[in-house]
Amino acid sequence: MVEATEAVSGQGATSLAWIVAVLPFIAFFLIVGFGKKLPGKGTELGIVAVGAGWVMSLAILWHFVTGGAPTESAVGWFEVGGFRLEIGQAVDGLTAVMLVVVTSVSLAVQVYSLGYMHGDSRFTWFYSMLSLFTAAMLNVVIANNLFQLLIGWEVMGFCSYALIGHWWEEKVNSDSAIKAFITTRTGDIPFLFGIFALVSATGFATNNIGEITEMAENGDISTFWLTAGALLLFGGAIGKSAQFPLHVWLPDAMAGPTPVSALIHAATMVAAGVYMVGRMYAVFVHADPFVLVLVSAIAGITMLIAALLAMVQDDIKRVLAYSTVSQLAYMVAGLSLGEAGYTAGLFHLFTHAFFKALLFLGSGSVIHAVHSNNMSEMGGLRRHMPITFWTFVIGAGALAGIPPLAGFWSKDEIITLAFKEGHYVVWAVAMGTAVVTAFYMSRAVLLTFFGEYRGQGHPHEAPATITGPLVALAVAAASVGFIGAPQLGAPFGDWVFFGEAHAEPFSYGFAAISIVGAVLGLVAGYRLYARWRERDPLRALGPAYALLENKYFLDDIYLRGIVRPIQYRLSAAVDWSNRVILDGIVHAFAYLARGLSAVVHVFDQRAVDGAVNGVAQLTGESGGLLRYLQSGNVQRYAAFLFIGVAALAFVFTRF
Amino acid sequence: MIRIPFVLVFSAVLFSAGVYGVLARRNAVLVLMSIELMLNAVNVNLVAFAQGMQDLVGQVFALFVVAVAAAEVGIGLAIVILIYRNRETINVDEVSLLKW
Repeated sequence: MVEATEAVSGQGATSLAWIVAVLPFIAFFLIVGFGKKLPGKGTELGIVAVGAGWVMSLAILWHFVTGGAPTESAVGWFEVGGFRLEIGQAVDGLTAVMLVVVTSVSLAVQVYSLGYMHGDSRFTWFYSMLSLFTAAMLNVVIANNLFQLLIGWEVMGFCSYALIGHWWEEKVNSDSAIKAFITTRTGDIPFLFGIFALVSATGFATNNIGEITEMAENGDISTFWLTAGALLLFGGAIGKSAQFPLHVWLPDAMAGPTPVSALIHAATMVAAGVYMVGRMYAVFVHADPFVLVLVSAIAGITMLIAALLAMVQDDIKRVLAYSTVSQLAYMVAGLSLGEAGYTAGLFHLFTHAFFKALLFLGSGSVIHAVHSNNMSEMGGLRRHMPITFWTFVIGAGALAGIPPLAGFWSKDEIITLAFKEGHYVVWAVAMGTAVVTAFYMSRAVLLTFFGEYRGQGHPHEAPATITGPLVALAVAAASVGFIGAPQLGAPFGDWVFFGEAHAEPFSYGFAAISIVGAVLGLVAGYRLYARWRERDPLRALGPAYALLENKYFLDDIYLRGIVRPIQYRLSAAVDWSNRVILDGIVHAFAYLARGLSAVVHVFDQRAVDGAVNGVAQLTGESGGLLRYLQSGNVQRYAAFLFIGVAALAFVFTRF
Repeated sequence: MIRIPFVLVFSAVLFSAGVYGVLARRNAVLVLMSIELMLNAVNVNLVAFAQGMQDLVGQVFALFVVAVAAAEVGIGLAIVILIYRNRETINVDEVSLLKW
């Protein structure tokens, strides 16, 4: 990557990528400082910052559209010993695409929040956190070294916590925030150690991603260290991107305001894990092959169990949350397919961001209208909210994989590739999940928008600040898939690739299978949910339904098996260690200090004071003796004088 | 021509008499007079060496000593008078304030 920088004559707009990240960061401080005094309560700052960033991101993407090469630049931050820490940017096609995704979704969400969060008591704070979050995610995207990436990564974790708990007055919300924070932290610890592993594997020479990539490819890092690094880094991705078994936080994160769900828990933060895997892909590819097998196994488990869970949720946001988990697993599965899958997985990341943000914002619009998250209190909304309805349908279609919407292209690419690369299990699971996906989306659409209205009051279409972003995202969700369409040359694969650009794995046969699968799911959904039933038809599944309804009892297992025992034992252990070890150390130091001070005291009294008093006493006594010489009798003085002179005369004359 | 050693012996005796007077006499005026004896013993020495070495510097020096001695006696007697006025005595034993 460094050589590439030297080879490029024109960097285009890429050298300014850091400004995209800095703008929302500045906006954050300005909103915190002055937001409340501004007419828009700080919203204009956030929107202008991310809007400008969006324009710049497009310019940066243009650099790669026109065939530009990756660039990298950095400034020194500080040095510890021989280890130099930089703060810099590495801009390649993936970075450019992610910049566009993050700024687009953030812009849409911030405009949307104008309407959705109107009148909220912490409106300005909300916007400041959105800006900080956006800045952190952009920092992750442009980071050229692992520590800078980690900073953004952790700041996002905090913002996620703050925004999930935005309405902390209700305990369930703050509990969810804590759960999300701690669960993702569980993944962050291996991530941190993964960074340590990789940096130490380079001999503490560098933490630059490009250089580590290069060393991994040249075989300068042993396979053992690469494997360890890859596994640990993937631990971070499991936490952040909500993969099994740490996926449990994401559905609960829906306690946050819906725009937050759209921004953080669909389009960007959860994408950071996948993005990070893509960024550090060389480590995964060159590690022991079982790493990628493990990755694909985790992805396969996650995508299926999450999709099954999405079938039985009544809360519309939880349907989307589980769907997010499932779709993230698609991306991870794509990445696990090797170099060809790199493009496919990240393409799905790209398209998913748009249609999932759209779906979340659409569900927010519905929730805003009916004041409930539960689909059992919705129904028939297509007549009341036509714009929301149509945009939601587009999003749902994209998610279900209906051509020519975005999700079709990216998901089909992964599924086809899985088969062509010989990962038949992944292919089968992905196909099955695709059917389930189509099923639960048709269920969600039918329960929400069709039939008779079952809720309270009279729902109305949302204001323009809400429908505007919906329409914009719907257009994106419908169209962004084409940049990966092989019939149009699949330019996406020319921007984002690992190794060398791969031809898009597309065949009409597989596309047909995918479409059939999706239609199958849709038809099944229609058969079961076209007519509203008080009792969910899936309850016919009996024990299986109970299993799904209880989320495989995973939360219970975590709570009873891990949290509770750890909670009490940990607090007991902490208490014990506090009292015995820490207090012991403190007391030991206190005793030591006392003993030492006693010694010092004696030394002070005897030696120092003794010296001082001794000098004084000596002076006094010698003065007492000498004072007899000082009689005041001038003649005696004169006698001494003469004796002295005589003595001197004697000395001078004799010697 | 008197030989120098005789003169030196004479001045030494004179000086010793002065020293004795300074150390032994109680009367401040006599102490001053004894100092004059010592100074003049020095003068005798200076003049004798000036004559013996044919160098007038010694005589010039002796003249300076005479002038200084005059000034010294002037100041010394003034001090003695002031002491007498203050303390009704010129006994140096009783003027012993210069002590602890």
